[in-house]
Amino acid sequence: MKTELPSILGVGIRRIGYELKSYIRTPDAVFFNFFFPLMMLFIFTAAFSNLEIDVPGAGRVLTSADVYLPAMLAMGVLVSGTQNLGIDMAIEKHDGTLRRLSGSPISPVSYFIGKFGQVFVSATLQAVAIVLTARFVFGAYLPETIELWLTFAWVFYLGLLASSILGIAISALPRSAKSANAVILPPILILQFISGIYLSFTTLPEWLQNFASVFPVKWIGQGFRAVFYPDQFKSVELGGDWFLDQVAIAITIWVALGVVFTLLTFRWVKKS
Amino acid sequence: MSAIEVMGLTKRYKDFQAVDDVSFSVSRGETFVLLGPNGAGKTTTIEILEGFRTRTSGEVKVLGQDPQRASRAFRARIGIVQQSAGDLGRLSVRDTITHFASLYPNPRKVEEVIEAVGLHGKASEPIKKLSGGQQHRVDVALGLIGNPEVLFLDEPTTGFDPEVRRAFWEVIRGLQQEGMTIMLTTHYLDEAEELGHRGGVIVDGKLVALGKISEIGGRESRKPEVSWVEAGVQRIERTDDPTLFIGELSKRIGSAPENLQVKVPNLEQVYLQLIADHRNGVTIED
Repeated sequence: MKTELPSILGVGIRRIGYELKSYIRTPDAVFFNFFFPLMMLFIFTAAFSNLEIDVPGAGRVLTSADVYLPAMLAMGVLVSGTQNLGIDMAIEKHDGTLRRLSGSPISPVSYFIGKFGQVFVSATLQAVAIVLTARFVFGAYLPETIELWLTFAWVFYLGLLASSILGIAISALPRSAKSANAVILPPILILQFISGIYLSFTTLPEWLQNFASVFPVKWIGQGFRAVFYPDQFKSVELGGDWFLDQVAIAITIWVALGVVFTLLTFRWVKKS
Repeated sequence: MSAIEVMGLTKRYKDFQAVDDVSFSVSRGETFVLLGPNGAGKTTTIEILEGFRTRTSGEVKVLGQDPQRASRAFRARIGIVQQSAGDLGRLSVRDTITHFASLYPNPRKVEEVIEAVGLHGKASEPIKKLSGGQQHRVDVALGLIGNPEVLFLDEPTTGFDPEVRRAFWEVIRGLQQEGMTIMLTTHYLDEAEELGHRGGVIVDGKLVALGKISEIGGRESRKPEVSWVEAGVQRIERTDDPTLFIGELSKRIGSAPENLQVKVPNLEQVYLQLIADHRNGVTIED
């Protein structure tokens, strides 16, 4: 009789398929996670349709779609990672999913491969949808150099990792499956407001900027602005530059701390 | 070798003794039933064996291992029938069982398991569209899919209608014939009689009886009871040999005794007596 357990990676990859199937069959998750940033892009672009910013030396005029594209992409990273995983895992802690898995030979590593895989696939599709909509529906400008797209790629995936880990951390807050949405959504909304997604970051008071800088979202938004805004716009940023090195360091610290935190605290079920 | 060994198991919460010095063992291929009223400690005991709970003291071995330090390899050898808690639902019966099969080194065939739990007509349905009883059959299927050596069932038929319960018993009998070791808790005595080879009765955390289901409570409590009416008075006598007794009784009266009845106490009467005796402070020998 075969006694060798299926490989952790193999099970993890099967979990990605299982998680994705569950995700697309949950209409409220698809709406509030997947389509929400796209919907907000429509609303902002329509609301500020008269907006035109002339940037001296940039050779182009910024429209509302140009202004809001990086913000909506950052929002996508936040909702697909933190919000999606935060709510999903909070529910799974309380509805018996984790307990059921803990009775099987699955490794927690496979479980997390499934979770991160689901987030990475859905967030990638979401970003593609946002970028294409901004470009072809609203005529937004897209960067034309490989370097800028590579910057986008690392900010996006590193940011998504940090955002997902933040989701795992806040999934500990709700005390029941029913309260998951009510507990997870408000802090995420607040985070969006203080991280420069709805409001321009530099208009916030300094203490709030400092507070927001503790979280990864502010840095993700800054990285995306560096990609999609004309380079002349960096003078508007705090300190007058994009500071991509700081973006990388801040998000990496988040990922590192988050991984350690998760490894130390994750239990399938609290044994009593 | 025993599949399950429990020695002096004790579980204490702050001011509550949930399990108090419980010992029993389950042989391979045997079905062991833990009987007891609600809150007696059945679930706590089985959850300690499943590795979901820690114990305060005592020795516990399942397949030679301590479930408190269960490895993944150990988990592959046991099956746990969980109570549906709403965690399943979006995917179909077949997709869900197929996925769980992929977690095990040596799973059963998905279609055979679906057939065994009687869900072949519902295999493509999302689980949330099934009735409560059908959903519970999915739980049973997920407990079986890894082809476990030991299967744990905690109150498996609570809330079932009689027909579904009988169908469920058939599934369990099939597994017994394959030689699977099964441990189940129940507060239904007919279920214990139908399925159990051996069992124990647990009351207020204490094991008050242990043995073959047909012998639980000991010989004395199972002594047949002869009742009849003599000169307008209801008489009851307990005897090891009712045939001989009735013969002598008829000879003495000179005719067939009026309203003659012979009753052998069933498990339910024995069980209720055990609980009453325990709560009245009577100690019972195994």
